[in-house]
Amino acid sequence: MSSEHASPTAPPAPAAANGHARKHEVRESVTIRFAGDSGDGMQLAGTRFTDTSALLGNDIATFPDFPAEIRAPAGTLAGVSGFQVHFSSTDIHTPGDALDTLVVMNAAALKTNIKDLQPGGILVVNTDGFETSDLKKANYKVNPLDDGSLKGYRVVRVSVAKLTVEAVKDCGLTPREQDRCKNFFALGLVYWMYERPLEATLKWIKEKFGKKPEHMPVLRANTQALKAGYNYGETVEMLPVQYQVAKAQIAPGTYRKITGNDAAVLGLVAAGQLANKTLVYAGYPITPASAILEGLSEMRRFGVKTFQAEDEIAAAGVAMGASYGGAIGVTGTSGPGICLKSEAINLAVMTELPLVIVNVQRGGPSTGLPTKTEQSDLLQAMFGRNGDTPVAIVAPQSPVDCFDMAIEAVRIATRFMCPVFYLSDGYIANGSEPWKIPSAASLPQIAIAHPTGPNSEGTNLAHESGEPDAAGAGKFLPYKRDEYLSRPWAVPGTPGLEHRIGGIEKQDVTGNINYEPANHQHMTDTRAKKIENIAHTIPDLEVTGDGDAALLVVGWGGTYGSITTAVERARRKGLKVAQAHFRYLNPMPKNTDAVLKRFKKVLVPELNSGQLSWLLRAKYLVPAEGLNKVQGKPFLVSEIEAAIEKALGVSPV
Amino acid sequence: MPTALPLTTKELTTDQEVRWCPGCGDYSILAQMKKALTTAGVPREKLAFVSGIGCSSRFPYYMNTYGFHTIHGRAPTFATGLRLANPDLQVWVVTGDGDGLSIGGNHLIHALRRNMDIKVLLFNNEIYGLTKGQYSPASRVGTPTKTSPGGSFETPIRPLSVALASEATFVARTIDVDVQHLVATLQKAAAHKGSAFVEIYQNCVIFNDDVYKYATDKAVKADNILYLEHGKPMVFGKDKSKGIRLNGLKPEVVTIGKDCQIDDLLTHDEYAEEPTLAYLLSRFRHDQSTGVTNPFPEPVGVFRSVKKPTYEELLGDRIQTAVAKKGPGKIEDLFKAEDVWTVQ
Repeated sequence: MSSEHASPTAPPAPAAANGHARKHEVRESVTIRFAGDSGDGMQLAGTRFTDTSALLGNDIATFPDFPAEIRAPAGTLAGVSGFQVHFSSTDIHTPGDALDTLVVMNAAALKTNIKDLQPGGILVVNTDGFETSDLKKANYKVNPLDDGSLKGYRVVRVSVAKLTVEAVKDCGLTPREQDRCKNFFALGLVYWMYERPLEATLKWIKEKFGKKPEHMPVLRANTQALKAGYNYGETVEMLPVQYQVAKAQIAPGTYRKITGNDAAVLGLVAAGQLANKTLVYAGYPITPASAILEGLSEMRRFGVKTFQAEDEIAAAGVAMGASYGGAIGVTGTSGPGICLKSEAINLAVMTELPLVIVNVQRGGPSTGLPTKTEQSDLLQAMFGRNGDTPVAIVAPQSPVDCFDMAIEAVRIATRFMCPVFYLSDGYIANGSEPWKIPSAASLPQIAIAHPTGPNSEGTNLAHESGEPDAAGAGKFLPYKRDEYLSRPWAVPGTPGLEHRIGGIEKQDVTGNINYEPANHQHMTDTRAKKIENIAHTIPDLEVTGDGDAALLVVGWGGTYGSITTAVERARRKGLKVAQAHFRYLNPMPKNTDAVLKRFKKVLVPELNSGQLSWLLRAKYLVPAEGLNKVQGKPFLVSEIEAAIEKALGVSPV
Repeated sequence: MPTALPLTTKELTTDQEVRWCPGCGDYSILAQMKKALTTAGVPREKLAFVSGIGCSSRFPYYMNTYGFHTIHGRAPTFATGLRLANPDLQVWVVTGDGDGLSIGGNHLIHALRRNMDIKVLLFNNEIYGLTKGQYSPASRVGTPTKTSPGGSFETPIRPLSVALASEATFVARTIDVDVQHLVATLQKAAAHKGSAFVEIYQNCVIFNDDVYKYATDKAVKADNILYLEHGKPMVFGKDKSKGIRLNGLKPEVVTIGKDCQIDDLLTHDEYAEEPTLAYLLSRFRHDQSTGVTNPFPEPVGVFRSVKKPTYEELLGDRIQTAVAKKGPGKIEDLFKAEDVWTVQ
């Protein structure tokens, strides 16, 4: 794809149809949200707009937001589905705060979304979605299109439903099918407003519906609706200006758009290949983690084995059984599923087997907010088991980072023979951004050495016994440790390494059942030390921004984008602020203590009630202050910006 | 070096001290298991025992093979994962009636319905032993225990009915002290490809002693037990005088020569595709508490043995098909499988 000036295939109109010169305005970045009923195809419209913008060379970030119900009653507030896309000519990290343009397909969508549209923003309204019944379902007493309440916005009224039917009436569809094309009409209209070409979407429609003859009417109708929306904008000159967003200055390379869950899928497949191992992924369907199970089920030709278990407990057991068998066992779920898996995770701690536990966090507790995001499972990952059971925890910070951290999780689990939590969240899992495709050669190898023979010299078999044990010579000792305290990973089927493991406390070195007090102390300490040793193999905590700032903003996981943008904005205002972001939560990087103590104030924005700040205060004795939010929504950049200003004493808020 | 075959029972014995109560039925099962494996033709390193929690689940520690003592009721899930990772292994699941039917009931039915190639041995003593004597889902009505002081009043589960309803492809029952029958049944389970379920009547000397006395006491067992043999009429009793006849849809106990001739009796068919007959047999219960005057003998032996593709085979096929269709996966192609764009 060429440039932001690429014209649509039809019509290639550089100037308005009536011959007047059209005004063009260049914007650095724009945020658009498509909102409608969950049956209106808003996710599709948003996704197509995103792809087109990505192909044009914009930086992009998206945020789908949909109800937990598959189809809430049509037209109701509960049924509103939205898709937000932020596209820019500069490097961006979030799907945007306030909207420049809001497209609403009905009254309910207006009601639930209008507060996010910035003053003076463009509101595209499908007037056909404001009938008396629509207003009633949205709890409007008077029509908001008529009562003056929208006067602060540039309202564009379009009879989207009727115009769509008119545009597709010759395609041979039922009235219901005709109505379903209105998302493409709305999309076409927005393409016109932002001077986006139609080619990529037309190609997509063709690929999607061009395979079967019975889909031809749908192909035609969607094509015509898209073009009709574009032409409508062109013809009626509904806005005095069209907007342009230039392509971004991005590092050279080949890119694709990727969501966090997609990136996790690719990362896990890649990890299997890098380790030269079969990947066994066992899961039970749960929002918002299901996409990983679904995505990996498409990866059979990579030898990936997916297993849809009967429940979360089974999924964890299957993954662990696979790890015991020498494969890379991964289980994935969301918060409530972790509750069920805890017993199995604890067994992985005790048996010291590699296990990756993917937790795509959502709003809790209990069933909570299934389709909404939250970061409140950090302490569950840290402590949510019986006994002293430290495990490793990593957290990707963006959709793209999900790829790298999935590989890291596998590396740590197999190198240290331990469970590793991978804490993603609904926001980055469903959100997307451009991913610079790496070369396979640039990816880190995951070296795994399975023992092939006995490892005992016959001395000092048991902890503290100190006595030579001649009988032990030539034996396989499943709990004999290496320099990092990892035990050997013997694969069943290997002659001479037969051994038994289980959840009862192990005697050091031999792995035999052992209840001795000193042994339990030693093994508990050893398991903890082993997890601490992971710190020797992870990068230091990086500090960006002003090294001499009084304030350090610290985050973890999916809040990275909002925090980074807020810090950038504060610094542009002349404030001195530094930033550090944890991708490794347990153990934390070795320089954490030094970093935290360099700054007078530490601000910790989190989508929970203060879990990382609690850990930092407890562990490093620093006065970390939380900025906490649990509304099922990501941080707005402005919220963090305000907190930074408050912490620096420049704002009274 | 792979282990030389055939294995000896000594080679299959670990250096761990066996810690079951003296007189426990588990000792016999352990001994017969080792004996059965000497003829199974599988090298030691290809054997794995996976267990849950309970007295029976200590089993892996006493077998000199690969072993995994897991968590309450979950052994079938670990065994499933182990088979997915390593389809060369012969995987045995050792569980008890509490572990397998109560906390692990869900996993049991799903492992069986998938036809995972795992062999499930359910040691049934109709009591919780390791937790010191509470009633189990298999306890007979009226069983007095610490948690059922007036006698349990829950309807007991029938393990074989559950296994058959779960589409297990091999279903059998045997008894801890009936050593020849036990070893033969284990050998048949070992030879079966697919999910095998074997219920073993096992005596708990401490908390439920003699619950199977009717099936083990030489004085009465012939009248209470029906040995199933494929293609043979169902005959039992001390002098082989009694048999099972089907009257409409109802089975009945008849006396040969008096009520009917031997040709009128039901013939056992363990290879029947439909599990109807096996299910009927799984309902026979020796239970005085029901007040039935003509109680049925309890069948032992193979109830069902049919061939079906295993889960592992089907999954392997899917992988092969995917590779045949599109070639083995190349990671860089995968990265670029979606729309891509290049920035110069």
